[in-house]
Parts: sequence; C-alpha cells; structure tokens
Amino acid sequence: MNQPLVFGFNMIQYYFFISRKPTMVLNHCLAFQLDFWMEGSDVSTPVDVRVPVHTLQPVKRYLDSRNLQYSIMIEDLQVMLDEEQEEMDSVARDAEPRSTDAFDYGRYHTLNEIYSFQDMLVAENPNLVSKMVIGQSYQGRPLNVLKFSTGGTKRPAIWIDTGIHSREWVTQASGTWFAKKIVSDYGRDPALTAILNRMDIFLEIVTNPDGYYYTHNSNRMWRKTRKPNPGSNCVGVDPNRNWDAGFGGAGASGNPCSETYRGPRAHSESEVKSIVDFVKSHGNMKAFISIHSYSQMLLYPYGYTRTPVKDQTELHNLAKKAITDLASLYGTRYRYGSIINTIYQASGGTIDWTYNQGIKYSYTFELRDTGRYGFILPANQIIPTAKETWLALMALMTHTNNNPY
Amino acid sequence: MRLKIIIVLTILTGITGSPSITIRPEVELVDNKQRISEQNLVTETDEVVEDVMATGELNPNHYPAQRAAKVVQHYINTLYGSPFKVFHLHRVHSGNAEDVADSGRKYQLEISVQEMISNTSGKCSAEVFFSRGDKQHSPQVQVMCEELLKINTTKEEDAFYQHLKKNTSLLSAEYLPDSHGHIEPDMKPLWHLASVASSFIMLNESTQDTLFNMAQVANVTQLATESDQLKFEYLILLHEMVSQEIIRWKLLVSWCPPEGVKVLQMEKLPHCHECEKPPNTN
Repeated sequence: MNQPLVFGFNMIQYYFFISRKPTMVLNHCLAFQLDFWMEGSDVSTPVDVRVPVHTLQPVKRYLDSRNLQYSIMIEDLQVMLDEEQEEMDSVARDAEPRSTDAFDYGRYHTLNEIYSFQDMLVAENPNLVSKMVIGQSYQGRPLNVLKFSTGGTKRPAIWIDTGIHSREWVTQASGTWFAKKIVSDYGRDPALTAILNRMDIFLEIVTNPDGYYYTHNSNRMWRKTRKPNPGSNCVGVDPNRNWDAGFGGAGASGNPCSETYRGPRAHSESEVKSIVDFVKSHGNMKAFISIHSYSQMLLYPYGYTRTPVKDQTELHNLAKKAITDLASLYGTRYRYGSIINTIYQASGGTIDWTYNQGIKYSYTFELRDTGRYGFILPANQIIPTAKETWLALMALMTHTNNNPY
Repeated sequence: MRLKIIIVLTILTGITGSPSITIRPEVELVDNKQRISEQNLVTETDEVVEDVMATGELNPNHYPAQRAAKVVQHYINTLYGSPFKVFHLHRVHSGNAEDVADSGRKYQLEISVQEMISNTSGKCSAEVFFSRGDKQHSPQVQVMCEELLKINTTKEEDAFYQHLKKNTSLLSAEYLPDSHGHIEPDMKPLWHLASVASSFIMLNESTQDTLFNMAQVANVTQLATESDQLKFEYLILLHEMVSQEIIRWKLLVSWCPPEGVKVLQMEKLPHCHECEKPPNTN
C-alpha cells in the first residue's frame, strides 16, 4: 500500500492532536515519538501532531497536566487510510475490464491497458489467437504481435501494423478494435472465415511502444522512437524513414532534430529491425498494411521514387475498390494513389521496403481526419473510423486471398 | 497497336503544342502496355506519373492541387472566419497550374469548402499565386464562392461577445482539444477563434512545399481591454505535413463582431525538442 503520510511506523492506530503550546510539546517530542505534521510558528498557531499509540496515554496525561488545549482531529488515521485505499482499489478494479467484451473500444487506452487487452484476447481465444514477441523497443518494452491462425505451418500471411508513429492515436485504437473484430467474425462472417481458413493474420497494435508511452506522459505530439542520438540533444528516429528502401535519398532528413530523421543507418531502430527480421524469416507474407493518420488516404508504393511499381495498375484498382467500400459506411472520402504522387516524397518508408521484398499487396493507410482535429481525433470517432477502415481492409485481404502468387 | 498509340500521342502533342500530360523521358516504361493505356484514359482518378512541378491540368487527388487548395481554405478563414464560423477544405474538383514568367506559379482551382459549425458546403473558384525567387512573399489568393460565405452567425457571435464583455473574470484554458480530442462546449468558440487566427499564420507561411493544419491550442488567456475588442493571447501548435514538424506560435488576437478576427502580434517560438506536458487525465 502506498501511504506517503505514514513515516516508518507500523502502527495500528494513530491519534491526532492539536496543541496550543508547540514549544513545550517539542521538547518532549523525542520521548513521545511525536511527529509534527504542521509546525506552528508562534504560540497562537495550532500545531498538528501525530502520536503513535504506545505513547498516546503519556502524551494525553502530559497535555492534561499542563492544561494544554488539544482536540483530536483524526481518531484513527489508519482506518481512514484503509478506507481511502479501498475506494481507490475499487475504482481501479472497475476501470480494468475483465474481458475483451467489457473493453471500451470507444476510448483511448494506455500502453498497459492495451497490453492487458492483448493477453485477455489470447486467453479468451486460445485456438485462434497467440501472442508473439518479435523484439524489444529501445527502452525494453515488448514488441507484441498477435497471430490469428486456424492452423497450418507458415501459411501465406497478411501483416497489419498500427501505431508506428506514436501520436497517431486513432490507429492503435483501431488496431485494438480490429483484433476483436477478427475473433468476433471468424466463424460468422463468410469472407473473413474464408481468409483465415487459408491464411494467417499478424497484427502489431503498438508498433512504437516507447513513443506511445511518451505521448501519454510527456508530449502528445511525439512521433518518432525514443532512442537518443549521440552528439545531439534531440531524441528519436522516424520509424517510417528507417527502412532500407531509397535510404539516404530525398524525402527524409539527416538531422536528428527533425521529425523525419532517417536514423544513422537503415534498420537502426529495433522497432523496425524486429519487423524486418520477422518478415524475412517468415518468408510467406503476401500483404503488408501499415496504418497511420491523418489525411484520409490509401497509398501504395513508391514514396522514394516517381518510378511506378510494376503492379501499379492492379494496386491502383484494388485501392479504388477498397476506398469505395470504406466510403459506403459513412461517406468518408479517401484519396488514393502512390505515396510520392498523393502525399509527398518519402524515402526509407515501410511499404517501399516490403514491396521490394516481393510483398505485392503493400499499402499504407492515413486514417481520419483531414486536419480539423488531426492527430487529436475525438474518441467518439474511434469506432466509426475502425469500422469503415475494416471494410477497406477486408477488400485488400479478400483480394490477396483470392489472388495467390 | 502500341506503335499506333505512340504516334497518335505524338501527333496530338504536335498540334496542341503543350501536352496536358507531361511524359518524362527518363521514366522507364517498364510495362509499356499498361502505362500507355493509362495515359490514354482521361479520368479523374487515374494514376499518371506527374512532372515534379506539375503544369497544365492537375490531378485533383495529388498533392500539388491539394496544397494550393489548402491555402484557399486559410485565406477564406482570414476573411470570413469567426468564433462561430470556420471553413475547411472539403474537396478539390479540378486544378490547373501554369508558370508565370520567372516570377512564380499560378494555380486555378475548383474546390468545395465546408463550414464546420453549420455543416454547410459550397463550391468556390480560386486562384493561388506562389511567388518564386529571392523575395518569398506569402501566396496571393483570389476566391469566389457561392452562397456559403453568407452564413449568418450574428446572433451567436453577439451573444458570445456580450457574455464575455459582461464577465468580470477573464477566460483561460489549456489544451484544446485535450489528448483525447475533447473540448468543453464552453471552450469551443475559443478553439474556433484559434483556428481562424492560425489561418493568418498558415496563409503567410504556405508554399508549394507545405501543408498546414492547426494541431492544438496549447493555452489561451483572455486579456483585459479598454476597447470594444476582446483580446486573447494564444499559444498554438501548427502541424506542417511535409516536414511533419509541430511549429509553435504565440499570437495576440483581437475579435469583436463588427471587426472580425485580427492578429495583432505573432511570434514563432523555437522548436521544442523535449516539450514536456503534464499527463492528461480524461
């Protein structure tokens, strides 16, 4: 129990007295083991004293014998502390959902809450979901990936990540919703069931946990990793400029203080390297979808060059289908195209690398909105965003499943 | 068949003089059939490899037209915005760009703009001029909109103005919205006012290589005034999309219904590398 008010005493009962003659009491404080909580500066100012139970009677007798006025403020401090702690515990208990059904998907959650959610989801669906730790963040946090699989060995797979940029909170929140959606729909929705009967889905919800923690506790606008840069007082590398695709070229910065700092070398960030290693060793990834906010876009490679990808037409047409499905729910308009044409030139980007690894269906989302709220999207838009985005994801995943390569 | 198409294109180019689609010679036609068939389809949503500095008809979904259109949004807000009237770019329908001698580039745009509080949309025609060269001016904008700009918010504005004038205490707030996107209803007009005031800065700072949005109001303090104006000091965070930077500005803003929003003083604050903010509980 965290009781900052209690100093080194292991007592069951405490009594509080106010004395009108502080100096006299002070002289005896050592003998009585008194603890002054509020020291009076002059004779007319009352003094608050905490008295341990074993000197209670002597203190009372002492004060009475000198006609010192006192009143008992808190008769049993311990009882009060206990009651307060019980109240805090029960509030904490209510705040922690007992199941993923009780989890509030329409709220933004802390890192620990999301970690707990992941464990609960696995515990509730042991035949469908498992948690893999693919590495550690710079500050040592686990990089958790949920694997949704109905069996097989190294089945062709779909990768989805959210939260690589920590300030893009609607993405981690949506990722949490997607995880629940998958377990809810398997066996009920024919399209998703068909996908999972042949393919696996990997979902990394908090791809940048150090950054995410930092956005909760220090700076809501933090984007990068939290790795210090030697020789600079600026921290962090942009994890979406750290991939080995056009690394070093235009579309990223070499300045550690920049939000688009590429890092000292490709894959220098453990958050990135862990995914690289995972994808390479898996060897059977067929789609790779990296989710960001904001701008309302669905993008395909490249970001680092204007040279169109070989599969441009197919990726373009599939993107069109996906955003049409997305818009069908609430009318939310998305633009689509290659990164470099639609948003800006960006080098060292995730899906440029994954595409060059041979993962044809490589896409990046930029979720809601278009700048009105930007990164700080109201929580009441989380679920609508997740729902509409899911329709687009289903279009991408269905096409991937129906077009093996 | 392929050869025929190339010839046709060449002929067209020869006739018109300036092709609306620029074909860069160094781009490898890796998959010839697909690339050429794309270029022949002239639909809005088609993907065409654009020149670095796009000229002629623009793809409205690509960034050159979008960035220019955002500038129009900022401009409209500086003219017509208020604590109860904030405009946001909704859509770019079409765009065209041309170089103007050596002095800069001019964009012509057809866009839709939405007023966020009344939730009404309307179309606008606009021209945006970005100057080039040593003297970097802020972009020059001309715009013509339909009925949209005639939205009447007099009642709300007067009520809000009177309420603050009568109030003996001065308003202040921080983090609008808070980390979770929440704004107290009472504070919304101050958030809208910040959007409008920011538009002056965002307009001034915009180039063809930037796209600005207001990210958050870090804090706002109402200042006492002798005049009719209401005065506020703001610390505002802007987000610039291309660099992804958060830029902090201190603004001194005045407003009263007849005179509209004015930015009296503006100061760009240094980049805050480790901007600490207290945890937000909501």
